Amino acid sequence: MADAAAKIVDLDHVQYTWPGEANAVLNIPGFSINRGERVFLRGPSGSGKTTLLSLIAAVLSPQTGRIVVDDVDLGTLRGGQKDQFRVDRIGLVFQQFNLLPFLSVRDNILLPCRFSKNRRNEACRNGASLVEESDRLLQAMNLAPSDVNNKPVTSLSVGQQQRVAVARALIGRPPLIIADEPTSALDSDTQQAFIELLFNEVKAARSTLLFVSHDASLASTFDRRVDLPDINIITGSGTVPAVSK
Amino acid sequence: MIALAWKSIRNRWPTALLAVLAIAMSVALILTVEKIRRDARNSFTQTISGTDLIIGARSGAVQLLLYSVFRIGNATNNISWESVDDIKKRAAIDWIIPISLGDSHASFRVLGTNLDYFSHYRYADKRSLELANGELFDDVFDAVIGSEVAAKLNYKVDDQIVVAHGTGKANLVVHDKQPFRVSGILKATGTPVDRAVHVSLEGIEAMHVDWQNGAAVKGEATRADTIRQMDLQPKAVTALLVGLKSRAMVFREQRAINTYRAEPLLAILPGVALSELWGLVSVAEIALFIVSICVVVAGLVNLISVLLAGLNERRREMAVLRSAGARPSHIFALLCIESTVLTLAGIVVGVVMHYVLIALGSLFMQEKFGLSIALAPPDGTDVKILFTIAVAGLIAGCVPALQAYRKSLSDGLSQRL
Ligand SMILES: Nc1ncnc2c1ncn2[C@@H]1O[C@H](COP(=O)(O)OP(=O)(O)OP(=O)(O)O)[C@@H](O)[C@H]1O
Ligand SMILES: [Mg+2]
Repeated sequence: MADAAAKIVDLDHVQYTWPGEANAVLNIPGFSINRGERVFLRGPSGSGKTTLLSLIAAVLSPQTGRIVVDDVDLGTLRGGQKDQFRVDRIGLVFQQFNLLPFLSVRDNILLPCRFSKNRRNEACRNGASLVEESDRLLQAMNLAPSDVNNKPVTSLSVGQQQRVAVARALIGRPPLIIADEPTSALDSDTQQAFIELLFNEVKAARSTLLFVSHDASLASTFDRRVDLPDINIITGSGTVPAVSK
Repeated sequence: MIALAWKSIRNRWPTALLAVLAIAMSVALILTVEKIRRDARNSFTQTISGTDLIIGARSGAVQLLLYSVFRIGNATNNISWESVDDIKKRAAIDWIIPISLGDSHASFRVLGTNLDYFSHYRYADKRSLELANGELFDDVFDAVIGSEVAAKLNYKVDDQIVVAHGTGKANLVVHDKQPFRVSGILKATGTPVDRAVHVSLEGIEAMHVDWQNGAAVKGEATRADTIRQMDLQPKAVTALLVGLKSRAMVFREQRAINTYRAEPLLAILPGVALSELWGLVSVAEIALFIVSICVVVAGLVNLISVLLAGLNERRREMAVLRSAGARPSHIFALLCIESTVLTLAGIVVGVVMHYVLIALGSLFMQEKFGLSIALAPPDGTDVKILFTIAVAGLIAGCVPALQAYRKSLSDGLSQRL
């Protein structure tokens, strides 16, 4: 049991097939992430990285298998519970277009707090107000709150937008941060700086980081590096071989 | 959710504005069409009351009603004075108002009649005509003018006016030799009475003393005093408005007049002729109403298409919202709220546009057709129409919302473009 508690993500014989597709994209006999770990997930385009993240974030449900995240078996969650679970426990950063153009920078960062009491409470744990916490995270992301708060989201550079997205993922200290190729729209200098900022804050929040990219050059600073094709047992034609226990 | 929806609309204001305008215009159109239809009916119905029969030369009932009461179109034939005398003698008849039309003054109709007109004519809810200024006509060359005539032409009591033969606007032959005097001005009634110049039947005859077969007689004009000495007994009138001693006799009298031997006459009941008129008009009304409904549908289709078109570019917004804990039902609600806000805004703007249209249009309608269109709060039918549009807008908004809902379930976290 101690072992289970040490794992924040645990996949057991998970298979996922997109609706209408003949073959499964994912067939993962076993995969887990420990608490506090910073995992780099690599894989070629179309190999199913985003699909895997959707499964872990309880946006999609596998046809078979069990996924446990932060000690919750996702299979036991129903409809709205999944959305609540996601916003309570997971911070997400996408490749791009992370921000809602019709909201201010601050409202974008506070978006998870709109839907999650946990995140709201956690964000204010140090006696700070939501606004103060949002500004603190901006500062941590090397953005001047006085500067970006007054700008429309769309006028920020891509790198700035990604950092705002990280601030949103981090607000309220969710135990798991999932980032889906957050750096692929950035140049290599900015990438390195971005990852450093991300690491610092993930560490400060004592969160676990699952970071996806197809660019292996970023992998060196991570605790662990996982190749998706290594854990995903599908044959070339996509037929799923029987999995032996 | 409402705050989110509002911000999202504000961010897309150009498209939102267009959607609102499309709905607003359709709302304004349908309300205005409805309003004009209703007020036109009202205006017509209000014009005459208390008259049991209208008698004219034989033609169509609607035609007789239109030219005798509403002054639309012209009579093809007159009633001879002998017939008028005959009808007057009938026992059932209480009063009789002779009407002689066919001349005009500065595009207003001249109506020849006698003093019975002022004592027996009733409009709206059995109201009688009242003088605002001056007196009823007393002399052959006296005229009592309607309120609108006075206002438009800026006439006062004792002004001299000149009457023209014919009722068209162009090429009028002016009867300038026998000028009339304004003896009185009537209070406004909101009926064609306001746009009439009333003179005595003798006055009509007097105007035509120097005329023969529609052409002016050459030479010196006959002097007014000479005319006053002449026998001005009219030979014919255009129509008669008749009041009976008892309403119960109306059908018998009608039959008697319709079968009158000396001259082909037609007697109509104003109410019956009016409903016959509505029968004719209702086809056009229905057509107009269908067109308005089509415009409303077009407005709603536009709303759906605006929302659907936006949806594709918004799929990544949906993904972001989902990642931040929004449920599919939230996303459904978000879009529903958006479309509802747009529809409601469209309705509000449409109602405002409708009132502006009515305010501007009532002047024109009054001038052109003599229809009085009053500004009034939306009535039951209007509220029903607005409610239906609101509900339709809500349902229309559900189409893209459902689409977004389904997509947000199937897309996962992938941001597809
Ligand atoms: N919404 C969807 N419906 C159907 N099939 C999908 C959907 N999203 C992804 N797929 C399919 O699933 C497979 C894996 O896609 P996924 O997005 O997980 O790849 P990826 O590894 O994230 O690629 P990339 O590095 O380009 O982001 C692809 O073959 C793709 O066509
Ligand atoms: Mg991907």
